[in-house]
Amino acid sequence: MTVDSPGPGTSPRSPTGAHMSSAREGGGADGSRIVNSLCGMCATHCPIQVEVREGRAVWLQGNPNDRTMGTSLCARGAAGLTLEDDDERPRQPMIRVGARGAGQWRPVGWDEALDYVAGKLAEAIGRHGSRTVALSDRGGHFADLTRRFLRALGSPNYFDHDSSCASNAHHAARSLFGLGRAGLSYDIKETRHIVLYGRNLVESLMVKEVKDFIGALGKGARCTYIDPRVSLTACKATRYWQIRPATDYALNLAIIHEVLADGLYDRKFVARWVSGMDYLAEAVRGCTPEWQEAHTGIPAAELRAFVREIAEDAPNVIFHGGWMTARHRQSFYVSRTAYILNVLMGAIEVPGGVVLAKGPADLGRKGLNRLTAGMPEVREERVDGAGRRLPHIDPAAGLLHRLFAAMECGAPYPITAYVAYRHDPLTGAPDPEAVKRALDRLDLLVAIDVNYSETAWYSDVILPETTYLERGGIIATLPGPKPAFAIRDQALAPRFDTRPAWWIFREVLRRLGLGGRFDFDGIEDIWRHQLEGTGVTLDDLRAKGVVPLAERPVLFDREDGLRFPTPSGTIEMRSAVLDKAGLPSLAPFAAPAELDEGEFRLLFGRTAVHTHGQTMNNPLLHDMRPDNPVWMHPDRAAALGIADGDAVEISRGGTAVVTTVEVTPLIHPEAVFLFHGYGRTVPAQTRACGRGVADQRLQTGMLHTFDPAGGGSAMTETIVRVRRIEVPE
Amino acid sequence: MSTFVLVHESEDCIGCQACEVHCKTNKGLGAGPAPCKIVAVGPVAAAPAPRVRFVFLPCFHCADAACLNACPTGAVRRRDADGIVFIEASVCIGCKSCIVACPWGAAQWDPETRKAVKCDLCKDRLDAGLQPACVTKCVTGCLSLSKAAALPDDRRRRHAAALAAGIGG
Ligand code: SF4
Ligand code: SF4
Ligand code: SF4
Repeated sequence: MTVDSPGPGTSPRSPTGAHMSSAREGGGADGSRIVNSLCGMCATHCPIQVEVREGRAVWLQGNPNDRTMGTSLCARGAAGLTLEDDDERPRQPMIRVGARGAGQWRPVGWDEALDYVAGKLAEAIGRHGSRTVALSDRGGHFADLTRRFLRALGSPNYFDHDSSCASNAHHAARSLFGLGRAGLSYDIKETRHIVLYGRNLVESLMVKEVKDFIGALGKGARCTYIDPRVSLTACKATRYWQIRPATDYALNLAIIHEVLADGLYDRKFVARWVSGMDYLAEAVRGCTPEWQEAHTGIPAAELRAFVREIAEDAPNVIFHGGWMTARHRQSFYVSRTAYILNVLMGAIEVPGGVVLAKGPADLGRKGLNRLTAGMPEVREERVDGAGRRLPHIDPAAGLLHRLFAAMECGAPYPITAYVAYRHDPLTGAPDPEAVKRALDRLDLLVAIDVNYSETAWYSDVILPETTYLERGGIIATLPGPKPAFAIRDQALAPRFDTRPAWWIFREVLRRLGLGGRFDFDGIEDIWRHQLEGTGVTLDDLRAKGVVPLAERPVLFDREDGLRFPTPSGTIEMRSAVLDKAGLPSLAPFAAPAELDEGEFRLLFGRTAVHTHGQTMNNPLLHDMRPDNPVWMHPDRAAALGIADGDAVEISRGGTAVVTTVEVTPLIHPEAVFLFHGYGRTVPAQTRACGRGVADQRLQTGMLHTFDPAGGGSAMTETIVRVRRIEVPE
Repeated sequence: MSTFVLVHESEDCIGCQACEVHCKTNKGLGAGPAPCKIVAVGPVAAAPAPRVRFVFLPCFHCADAACLNACPTGAVRRRDADGIVFIEASVCIGCKSCIVACPWGAAQWDPETRKAVKCDLCKDRLDAGLQPACVTKCVTGCLSLSKAAALPDDRRRRHAAALAAGIGG
């Protein structure tokens, strides 16, 4: 039988995607089953369905129970099947026998590995107290588990990876609204104009977000994209500004200047919710379109035209506060002024604007029971000072580079044991050699990972985690205008001698005599604890994978229904918390350093087929993008006698890497550009090892350079030199 | 000629190459062969924003199929009912005649099986009442399977709607 009349496409432009065929319809008869779960190929954790036949995953697709998701899946999500089949990942626990990083390992059983880790932890804690143990992960939906582990241990030193990612945006949102970055969501689907500061929706790809984006453009939405590099998002935009690197703050100050000068802001909303408008006016004094043009290269007239246009589209507009904002030492202020522009446009809690994320409590429902609930709080000061010495830094996230600083110098107190869980600071943080100098001071370095990350290869013990298809995970709350619970269920039996994280943490605690602080028999036991009293049953959740807690997106009343947990309860143009920290709420713009003839700013970014350094060795994804030539502007290339395809050396101080050059006007003349994640050094990853170059390795001396207000690393302040070299055949 | 066409709305495509991976994983292919491929033309600088065009290249299932004509063993076949051109792997001897003959580069070499492989419009899925892998899982939903005979009418309707909405032209 063949299909007579295929259904309509699932295009966001023809929202008749209901026909989407799920494997469920076709499967079943041959003994296959469908498991609802969450993708684990990037930190977005999209809802997926796994079709399992004879114990093997044969098909992955998006979970159409989530209507926006549909059956869509990105390239990395699809390559989950090849991750599963790949043997080039840790297959049993391993204890290091040679020097750190030398790659000499003794494969051991779980008992021996866990005894070793627990023994070393006990020693460290006995000598320095519990606070000497630190753990980092990639934050996100499952951090409740790692937080519980640390709390059970009695250490305050949990870190997410945000100081090399969203820290500046997160703290900017907190300083203005009292809500973190995740407390705000963007209604991209309904927007009339979205402004993106290098937020590369198309290549730093999240399935639902990019579907909404393309859908909105199809309905005539405008997009202004600002980036020194032409990303694929720039190619979807209705306006692109190739801004001079590290000058985006000047641009925003000038936009605000124009909005205030022309009285284009939402007076009613501002009068109701905002404090510190005089402070704002003072901060942008003199920041005219002409003034910014000298810094950014964006013509004053174009800026004026943009401001008129955005005011027309208000309030259904979005100034995206950013995500990966660990760029330069004023990136915090770029995010903060972007958020401020949303406020001025009245684009808060309106369709097509910035919508406050709702939790179960906002809907009068009980949320998941936290794993940390009932566990005594740790009163000890964090080693990075977040929340106390640094009152403006969120102690729930911390500043990872300050952890490395403390590790290296033993102050304010010694950190001697460190667990990197699904997190690879030797790839994510600037200057891996500097990170290694800190790690070298440790008595114990443990990596819990599915992959041979750079950090795993440098560690003392690798505890291999089962893949996301082989493990159940704690239930996640997905906050947003329409919050939901979502579950990662186990689809497959583990291929190798690996274990899920919750089991690993429990077994370590048991060996330390702290088993009573994590007394769950299994993942189902954890799920039942989480769900108790929420009105959602485990059966519901497993049957659908995602259970929304509201019928439709919830918008609060803009007159009386909003709550901003800042000290004043208002949206604070001048932040009381930043005042307390002795930091300006809006600093004067600081122009970036001038470059000499041979110098470039090193920029980096993402492709849609790789997740940071995590997927470089995936057989299919590696094949699609095995390396990363460096992008250089034709004018600069000509001046340096460099032609497209030449071999070049990129250097900074004593560090140099060799790659080929792609000469292209798509990059600003002052910068060179590399896709991130390449230049792996782990020999066990035979495909990726040695292919392409690592931008972070060129960020020498940058580990401790960060935006003081937001804590994010200033990675794009890295200045490099490039020269042509002859490569022997 | 196959009665089906794979329609790609380039305007909605983001060049994410997910379709390539969906196709490959569905066929159990490793590194190398890509029965469908996204080819980017651009980006090119333009005002007010640069532009890129993504071209989706599966197999067109030609009426006069060069691959089929070139195959010495009869491994390349056509289904009578719907004209789908496919390779019967058990008969393929890996001579690569089809790969050389195809003007579109659709036929691919699979180093693992040492045979040729190409887009078969996911005929097994069609027979099971499902959509092709690439269509089912395309990130933005810009791929669809249509009947060649129906396509012009679909396009006319869409064009008319766009004109009426004032955003066409
Ligand atoms: S964006 Fe892609 S890799 Fe990330 S969770 Fe979704 S499907 Fe998986
Ligand atoms: S999956 Fe869809 S959006 Fe992505 S490249 Fe393929 S056709 Fe384009
Ligand atoms: S129809 Fe099937 S075989 Fe053809 S390109 Fe799409 S996924 Fe591949």
